[in-house]
Formats: sequence, structure tokens, C-alpha cells
Amino acid sequence: MDLIAQLEAEQIAALGRDIPDFKAGDTIRVGYKVTEGARSRVQNYEGVCISRKHGEGIAASFTVRKISFGEGVERVFPLYSGNIESITVVRRGRVRRAKLYYLRARRGKSARIAEDTRYKPRSARAEGSKT
Amino acid sequence: MRSGVIAKKVGMTRLFMEDGRQVPVTVLQLDNLQVVAQRTVEKDGYTAVQIGAGAAKTRRITKAMRGHFALAGVTPKRKLSEFRVSQENLIGVGEEITADHYLAGQYVDVSGTSIGKGFAGGMKRHNFRGLRASHGVSISHRSHGSTGQCQDPGKVFKGKKMAGHMGAVRVTTQNLQVVRTDADRGLIMVRGAVPGSRGGWVTVRDAVKKPFPENAPVPAALKSAMVAEKVPGDAADAPEGGADE
Repeated sequence: MDLIAQLEAEQIAALGRDIPDFKAGDTIRVGYKVTEGARSRVQNYEGVCISRKHGEGIAASFTVRKISFGEGVERVFPLYSGNIESITVVRRGRVRRAKLYYLRARRGKSARIAEDTRYKPRSARAEGSKT
Repeated sequence: MRSGVIAKKVGMTRLFMEDGRQVPVTVLQLDNLQVVAQRTVEKDGYTAVQIGAGAAKTRRITKAMRGHFALAGVTPKRKLSEFRVSQENLIGVGEEITADHYLAGQYVDVSGTSIGKGFAGGMKRHNFRGLRASHGVSISHRSHGSTGQCQDPGKVFKGKKMAGHMGAVRVTTQNLQVVRTDADRGLIMVRGAVPGSRGGWVTVRDAVKKPFPENAPVPAALKSAMVAEKVPGDAADAPEGGADE
């Protein structure tokens, strides 16, 4: 492992974040710390994850899209950001793309994502492949 | 004025700070950094320290340089560089400098050889605008346009910005902030980019345009001093043991 990868792995370990297993298509709720003057509170942002970038590294990020007051809103979060209080998976979606940018051009019924009823946690998947 | 250091550019990454900020940093590594020679007023007319970094194979270095390293009593170095210092900041030959030399938060100037771009046009080299995409412009959309006047002066002025070789020159980036240092692994992390490619050598000096940090180690953060600092605890016990014997 080169030095940069080693430093990044150390930093990820030091940050000690608990990141759930989620992918594009899943509906997730992100608790994001917002500082207003001296006061800081946690703001929830819920929407469909339409992209995950840069793997599991320190530079990893994900994009969450939602329709807010009839207007599409997208936010990009760094996966290991200190401002992220929590990430919770609300619903597992079944999609056939890694990046769901096509949702941008769609509205209403055609922008729906089917629920993934056959979802297995990553640990179970790993065990399944072994046996 | 104290000595700078030679470092190897390892690459860039990002750090997440306590307050949620992300800081882009370049990781610089001190590799086997030692003082190889001194320049003194009596002998050379100025004061400086020559510092060497890295490790070179003995059979790959000239006999003359072998003698130079032997005189200093250090292992052959890959990269040598001289740093002007004031008289009181001279460092003894053979001393090793550690990454504690810089404090987190202080500013440094980093010099290195920029990445070569080869023969580059005016748009890339001097940020020229190029010509229009339409309105009768043909073939020359990225050209530099006119280079001067008419029969008077009848020549292109010296120093006219034109296409040519770009990069692979010595570049200094000033006022980069040191974000973190790691003395055990010899790492210095500076905010932002430094010139050169990964694996290239750069020199790091205290910023000339910022005040010198008060509690920075003078003349330098030395390995011998670090060892001496650690030893007294052990040394206090050891002499007693020795006396008993």
C-alpha cells in the first residue's frame, strides 16, 4: 500500500464513521449539521441516492436528489464529512444503473424506483458467496 | 534565517478537520535528511548549509562525490541542496533534520520543478483567448493572432508572448500553510498544491512574506536533539547502574 493510501486508511479509521451499506437507487436520510451563528442543529435531508463516487476512499461522495416544492434539488455530500451526523437507509431500490442521472429528465410516475425486496446485507452476501 | 529542508512530493489527499472543514493537502516526505557540508564566511564568504536527501547507490556516484560524502561521514545522497542561513543557525555536519522543523499553522515557500508540458500554444501557455469560432475564422481558432505593428517598428518586440516550451522550470509557490507534521514518518502536510510531479524533489523554506513563527525550533529540529530529549529519563537511571558495576 502506498503512503497516500495508508494515510487515507488511517484517517478513515480515526474518523470512525458508521456508514450503512447503500447504493444508487436507495432512498436515504442524511442528518447534516448546520451551524447558524453560534447554534448548530441537525437538518434532515431525505431523497434518492442517484450516484456514489470515488469508491470507499477518503474522497468518496454521494449525491442525493429530491423534489422540493415541485423543484428538483440535488446535494452532494462527502461520505466522510464531519458534518454528517447520520445516514439512514429508508428504502432499498432496485435499479440497473450505477448513476441515475436519467431521473433528472423525469417527473412523477416515470421517476419511480421499484423497491428491492430481495436485498441482502453485505455481510450475508459475502457469506453466501463463500459457501 | 534558518535552514530549509529537501522533501519528496508523495501526492495529494484531503484532511477532515474537527469542525467539519475539508483541507486539500500535499504530503511531503523527508527522506534520510542530513547536513552534508557547511559554507562559512572564512572559507566561502557566506554562510549556508548543504543538505542531502534520499539514498544513492555507491557505484552510481562519482569518485569525487564519494569523497565529499565520506568527508561528511554520511551515506551517499540522491539530492543535494544548499540553504543560506545566518551565522548562528549553522548546523553541524551529519545532523539529521526531522519534520518537527515546521510547526502546524506556519507558512512555507515550496520550490520545485514544474511538470513539463512540451511545446505549448499561446492559449495554454499564456492564457491567450484564441480567435473566434466563426465569423470567417478558418483553421486558426487557437492561434495567438497579431504579434506587433507594421513597417514601423518592423519587428516583433523581444519578450513577446508566443507559443513555446512550457513547464519543467523551477517554480516557487509562496505562503503555503503547514497543516500537520508527523516526525515519526517524516511527513509534512501543506495546504494546497506544490510544483512538480509525484516523487519529485522540492525544497521547503520558511515563508519570506510572513513573520517567522516565534516557537519554531532554531537552528533546526534535529534528530540528535530529539534523542537527547528522550534519553535524560533513561540516562538518569543508567549512570547509577553503571556506578554500581
